[in-house]
Amino acid sequence: MATAKIRFSPCRFWAVVRKEFLQMRRDRVTFAMMLGIPVLQMVLFGYAINADPRHLPTAVLSADNGVFSRRIVAAMQNSSYFQLTRNVDSESAANRLIEIGDVQFVLNIPEQFSRRLMRGERPALLLTADATDPAATSHALAAFKTLTESALAGDLKGPLSHLQLTAAPLEVIVHPQFNPEANTRYNIVPGLMGVVLTMTLVIITALAITRERERGTMENLLSTPVRPLEVMFGKIIPYIIVGYLQMGFILLVSHFIFEVPMAGNLALLLAVSLLFIAANLGVGLTFSTLARNQLQAVQMAFFFFLPSILLSGFMFPFRGMPLWAQRIGEVFPLTHYLRIVRGVLLKGNGLTEIAPNLWPIAIFLFVALSIGLKRFRRTLE
Amino acid sequence: MIKHLPVIDVQNISKAFAGKTVVNKLSLQVRRGEIYGFLGPNGSGKTTFLRMLCGLLQPDAGSGVCLGHNLLTEVDQIKHRIGYMAQNFSLYEDLSVRENLDFMARIYAIKSRREVVAQTLERMELIPFAGQLAGTLSGGWKQRLALASCLLHEPELLLLDEPTAGVDPAARRDFWEQIYALTTQGISALISTHYMDEAERCHRVAYLAYGDLLTSGTAAEVIKKSGLITWSASGPGIQDLSERLKQQPGIKQVIPFGNTLHVCGTDGERFAESLRPFIADSSYRWEKIETGLEEVFVSLMSKREGGHSDGDS
Ligand SMILES: Nc1ncnc2c1ncn2[C@@H]1O[C@H](COP(=O)(O)OP(=O)(O)O)[C@@H](O)[C@H]1O
Ligand SMILES: [Mg+2]
Repeated sequence: MATAKIRFSPCRFWAVVRKEFLQMRRDRVTFAMMLGIPVLQMVLFGYAINADPRHLPTAVLSADNGVFSRRIVAAMQNSSYFQLTRNVDSESAANRLIEIGDVQFVLNIPEQFSRRLMRGERPALLLTADATDPAATSHALAAFKTLTESALAGDLKGPLSHLQLTAAPLEVIVHPQFNPEANTRYNIVPGLMGVVLTMTLVIITALAITRERERGTMENLLSTPVRPLEVMFGKIIPYIIVGYLQMGFILLVSHFIFEVPMAGNLALLLAVSLLFIAANLGVGLTFSTLARNQLQAVQMAFFFFLPSILLSGFMFPFRGMPLWAQRIGEVFPLTHYLRIVRGVLLKGNGLTEIAPNLWPIAIFLFVALSIGLKRFRRTLE
Repeated sequence: MIKHLPVIDVQNISKAFAGKTVVNKLSLQVRRGEIYGFLGPNGSGKTTFLRMLCGLLQPDAGSGVCLGHNLLTEVDQIKHRIGYMAQNFSLYEDLSVRENLDFMARIYAIKSRREVVAQTLERMELIPFAGQLAGTLSGGWKQRLALASCLLHEPELLLLDEPTAGVDPAARRDFWEQIYALTTQGISALISTHYMDEAERCHRVAYLAYGDLLTSGTAAEVIKKSGLITWSASGPGIQDLSERLKQQPGIKQVIPFGNTLHVCGTDGERFAESLRPFIADSSYRWEKIETGLEEVFVSLMSKREGGHSDGDS
């Protein structure tokens, strides 16, 4: 039998691919997951991001009634980022408002602010922010500093014009409470691509082989001449395509709805994403060879997903983590993929800039696939 | 291929799971064109043995040749030439009948795939169900689809694991007709079953109990080897009669068959001696009958469980 010696048969491989597509189409839950997760994530994350928040409730604690403090307050109103809802007369009252969430900001204007400003003493202006939700405050905070400067520009003329020349006539102290690091929207949307791919692809592939074992169809499959490589790649290919569809969807939504800039080469991004997709599928396949049933497969996928998302820099800034956590984070493909996506989309990185993040994914992929292929039992033991 | 060589020839094949021996030094030959019945209680290792033959499990010890290929080293070559039907339905329930067959035909890289699938659908009378999802078929049709799928690549040897379990009598009859038709074309089959009538349809049978091969041969040989003599008794209160007979020396076993009892013994003299007073009792109708496979298997099992060896095995 000459055919028995062929190691990789395109015909058998294609048979598995076709079958996988047919099953994918019939399995409503999986199909819903593949479509639903990106849509849901985009809607959920996107809503907070898209609603570039304006008219944020702000309390003013003013101990100065001078012209400059009135100017600043008026400028804040005009900027449309802030809406002055309260005047308070004590710091504790102001803090209370922030704690219960009645206001997002408290502007604290110290005594003698206007006079000291005129004397060139650079008085401090304190803006306290409830930064629990950074997306809600980051823009307003960024706007505040320029806003104060331009507000005063008209008044600092004539004898006061020397104050304009100094670095800044006043000192703005921004104090974001509760969440010192603020991610911006551009950071999140590209990151979402990596998260969605990790989430769906690991789970779906982990289930794909475990399901065959659990339903007994693996017994039939293993009694045929089909080879592990054909089964594994046959199962991977359909989900690579699914991964690309998800990516395409997210990129389109990012660009047209969230207006995320796409500075870099999209083709490059799509090409290197293959490595990331493959790495996730490799993990899924490895899990499927370890899991005894579908529930275990899902649990394993979750165990992988959780540290991926927490330690990759998607949820929390990577540099803010302790060194040991960063070390662990470096292992996960998502960590490197996030840097690649942000690099390419936002900074316009090319291949040379992203290369340092490519090889860790490649190593991960190699290890995952090796374990998976080694563990893919050709027997039922 | 050399026609006279056995299609299966294994020696002292053993398999243990977690230290528990499931197949114990099994030796077996199946000839070309033969239907070989594989019997034994649940958990006696039939499935395990069949799985070892088709490369799903690696034997722990022993050696064997299947279709001229070494069982331990040439599993790939064997897989191309056997058709294995697992005990539980193992095709894709979420694919249609035709899609399942098409998938298997692709897996075996069959050249004229479309024609072969169409012919198989026709031959197995599956055309009305071609578009139906396999999971929605009834037991008998599932079994037929499973058989169809392992015939696509024209295997020389069928390994069928309880193919008729849970299938109605008419479907079972059809199934056996198919098998006979196939063997006349030179295909051999090793079939595990629980049904005695099916055992009697096989050219040869083997009886396995908890890993040990207790007997094998044609039905006549197996019966002759057992040395059992059987009488049937019928009449009122046979339950009571059964209890009394079991007390007698020389009576090996009493098996109720509906309204009759099958009473067996080996030692002609002592058996006749013990039966004489009962036969004299005119309220029962006694008749000497041919020993069947069932009597033999029951006796083999009780011998094994009783642990005393009579020296004939
Ligand atoms: N993969 C396995 N792992 C552990 N034990 C097994 C495995 N397969 C079968 N067994 C055990 O081996 C024994 C024989 O099983 P099996 O070959 O299925 O018997 P049969 O088919 O005759 O009913 C049973 O006790 C079963 O529990
Ligand atoms: Mg069995």
